Amino acid sequence: MSAREEIMSRIRTALSDAPAVPEVQRTYRRTSEMSREQLIEQLVDRLVDYKANVDVVPAADAAATIAARLSAATSYVVPAGLDEAWLAEVPAGTRRVVDSAEQPASVADLDAIDAVVTASAVSVSESGTIILDGSATQGRRAISLVPDQHVCVVPASTIVQLLPEALPRMDVTRPQTWISGPSATSDIELERVEGVHGPRILDVVILEDA
Amino acid sequence: MRIALFATCIVDAMYPSTARATVKILERLGHEVLFPAGQACCGQMHTNSGYFDAARKVAANHVEAFESVEYDVAVAPSGSCVASVKHQHPMLAERAGDAGLAERATAVGAKTYELTQLLVDVLDITDAAEQLGSWFPHTITYHPSCHGMRLLRLGDRQLDLLKTVGGIDVVELPEADQCCGFGGTFSMKNSQVSTAMLEDKAENIRSTGAGLCSGGDASCLLHIGGGLSRAGAAAGTLHLAEILASTLEDPAEAPSTTTGATR
Amino acid sequence: MSSTFVGMPTLPSQRGHGNLHAEEPFPQAATRELGNTQLRANLRHATHTIRDKRLNVVGELPDWEDLRQAGSDTKDAVMADLPAKLEEFEANFTARGGVVHWARDAEEANRIVTDLVRETGSEEVVKVKSMATQEIGLNEHLEEQGIAAFETDLAELIVQLGDDKPSHILVPAIHKNRTEVRDIFLQEMPEVDPALTDNPAELAMAARAHLRKKFLGAKVAISGANFALADTGTLGVVESEGNGRMCLTLPETLITVMGIEKVLPTAQDLEVFMQLLPRSSTGERMNPYTSLWTGVTEGDGPQNVHIVLLDNGRTNALADKYGRTALNCIRCSACMNVCPVYERTGGHAYGSTYPGPIGAILSPLMTGIEAEDNGSLPYASSLCGACYDACPVKINIPDILVHLRGEDVKAQHEASRVPTEMDVLMKGAEIALSSGKVLNLMEKALPLGRLVAGRDKKIKKLPGKLAGAWTSSRDIPAPPAQSFRDWWKKEGRA
Repeated sequence: MSAREEIMSRIRTALSDAPAVPEVQRTYRRTSEMSREQLIEQLVDRLVDYKANVDVVPAADAAATIAARLSAATSYVVPAGLDEAWLAEVPAGTRRVVDSAEQPASVADLDAIDAVVTASAVSVSESGTIILDGSATQGRRAISLVPDQHVCVVPASTIVQLLPEALPRMDVTRPQTWISGPSATSDIELERVEGVHGPRILDVVILEDA
Repeated sequence: MRIALFATCIVDAMYPSTARATVKILERLGHEVLFPAGQACCGQMHTNSGYFDAARKVAANHVEAFESVEYDVAVAPSGSCVASVKHQHPMLAERAGDAGLAERATAVGAKTYELTQLLVDVLDITDAAEQLGSWFPHTITYHPSCHGMRLLRLGDRQLDLLKTVGGIDVVELPEADQCCGFGGTFSMKNSQVSTAMLEDKAENIRSTGAGLCSGGDASCLLHIGGGLSRAGAAAGTLHLAEILASTLEDPAEAPSTTTGATR
Repeated sequence: MSSTFVGMPTLPSQRGHGNLHAEEPFPQAATRELGNTQLRANLRHATHTIRDKRLNVVGELPDWEDLRQAGSDTKDAVMADLPAKLEEFEANFTARGGVVHWARDAEEANRIVTDLVRETGSEEVVKVKSMATQEIGLNEHLEEQGIAAFETDLAELIVQLGDDKPSHILVPAIHKNRTEVRDIFLQEMPEVDPALTDNPAELAMAARAHLRKKFLGAKVAISGANFALADTGTLGVVESEGNGRMCLTLPETLITVMGIEKVLPTAQDLEVFMQLLPRSSTGERMNPYTSLWTGVTEGDGPQNVHIVLLDNGRTNALADKYGRTALNCIRCSACMNVCPVYERTGGHAYGSTYPGPIGAILSPLMTGIEAEDNGSLPYASSLCGACYDACPVKINIPDILVHLRGEDVKAQHEASRVPTEMDVLMKGAEIALSSGKVLNLMEKALPLGRLVAGRDKKIKKLPGKLAGAWTSSRDIPAPPAQSFRDWWKKEGRA
């Protein structure tokens, strides 16, 4: 008998008393009434608490803001689907690498790149969480992981307050990365310190009218 | 109201003054108190030590004793024993397949209240000085026992009543919600861990400067008092029933561990 | 439910093996650990820090109790319908290019993982913190087979470098303070700057530098999983440092070892569990990183993806109708962070991979109460109930502890007819306490106790191991001259 058959059989035996299957009551908050301004304010509050750098700007200022955030970088990588206009003001001398599944940068390449710029799929203000889903504007998971600085663009229209509001907007079968601040650890005396293996700098650019 | 007193074994045998105080309070309010003679113990020690067969016999005796008399509600000066009557008695009967006993135990449990639960929820007592004439001119601190706090969800009932006693000064106990380490036979089987918990509780009590620590469970107070006594601390313990029963005319003495339970 | 298995023989549940045992009775181990004052101080500091953080972020949510209830009901529903949920997960994970393996016990899981690593030709693997692989002793097994396993979580790294054992499921090095961590790094990391201080941020940077090359060059990663979603075939890992992302993203091969109880019915359930878990474990609104993957995604991440579904005693726990909700555990560690016993003894005293209140029930449920010293674990609690209040999926740990004490007493009585001291004590108490009349007779002896207490009215020493243990640190007041019952009768009252 295969392990699978045997384990399944053990489970059925263990459940021979036919325990009741409770109906799950989703009485927790599933919708919110926050205005766009309140959502932005809450998201900023959470992200700052996580030690992320946050800019809230009109979409027209996106390029200037991103360029300012990249001022210390000598190279950066972007996913192939990223809005070109966002990169218009990055100095020409800053090396740009465009990454896609078809033409992926190697891990060694990525390790030599200072920063990454991506868009994002949806954000949850209550927990300060930005969700990337690997689509063309966000790219392969590796690009937002290996470089030490992540500049992440969040259009205000993609912010919701609650996690239950975010899930219907997401396809969980895409490779997802939920980001709530720069990498951190609480492993020493349960005190949180920011900056371990993931990007140590997280710059969030919230586009208030996009 | 006819109120049946469940004294609990530890109060009956070790702290009779706590049961007498409970009677005083209820009679002062004009209620009739009776003592079902067949009662002995809730069986919690047996249950929590894993001796379910023995526990069931003790529980069955309790159910029988509290079925044998007519009363409106039963009351005990203990959160832990009331929780046992309400939750553990039906469980013990069900596990043994005795549906009849389970049903009877549930009925007895439904009529059983912890003292401050009865005073606050049923008898509408919110001001001990005014409604009970309580007078106790001492500085005390208060330990909320785990089972009252977490199994019966007593909230601030005990502390709020103590604060309304005339002349009293109640100082907050640091880390009050931490267990004192008693846990029944836990204090014997895992005596060292229990002692470590007790030492921290005693240190917190000492840090308040209060002359005594009150609470709603005689077993925890026995444990805390035993630790304070061994440490040579000046502070002792006193059940809240005795503080509520204390009046200007008939005051309770603030005990010290050097005198033991003499009254 | 599927009808695939109609007519299959009925197999009994099997007990778990591996690192699931207390190696000595808990009181003995606890007494030793209590003597370590540095450990006591470290644990007190860490548990108190996390308690406050958890209370703050839990208090923020007005619907916390609704979330707990939904979490508890979801888990109960999964367990009651586990075969169907596992089949659904398997079908979806497989359809997306993942490979599912089943392991009856620790040994089989270790063998499967070893074979999978061998097939890749790699002689080393990077690991994301995983309770399941700790439970089965995977690292030790791989080492025996000539495969080096590198732990990448900071705390696991501290434990591995220090040749130590984890003592907490979330923060395995909770028993070490910052100075001790620095000393381990100075000794075990050849490249580290000798001027390294004990500042946690600096220590984290040392770990980053130490592991960076390993991550970038790794061919094979081994992970656990916080959950598996049946309706999509998705796996998820919740972490903080980015070591998880490194392992889950960069290598070519990813092997996940997960207990069969970790499956959730739908993707929607994430909205419950991803609120419950981070707030309960690290006391954060959300953990820095969560990764979800569904089989293989072309061009993104590992292309050779496996999962080993592990029983190892979980069916034994499931068969216990009074204890099976222990399997609802989402490994947040809130119960150990609030436990007054854990706070004082630390995790090593429990022996098993799973310490604290949840470990005290889960370990004996998985192995059987008779296994080695696991029968002593359910007594490692004062039944104060703090764990039940903190549990995000409302596992009634105190009730299950009491249930398992009953199982232990039963097992002991079956094993030996010689009554223990506790048996004698309990029998005596049973006789005294099952009748008001008998108790009344016994209480006539109270004045005798006053005699024993003597002039200072304290009983300071009682005979016997159990009663003697009580009086080792606590006095007993002299009993009263008469019981309440006696007074009541003499007052002539009814």
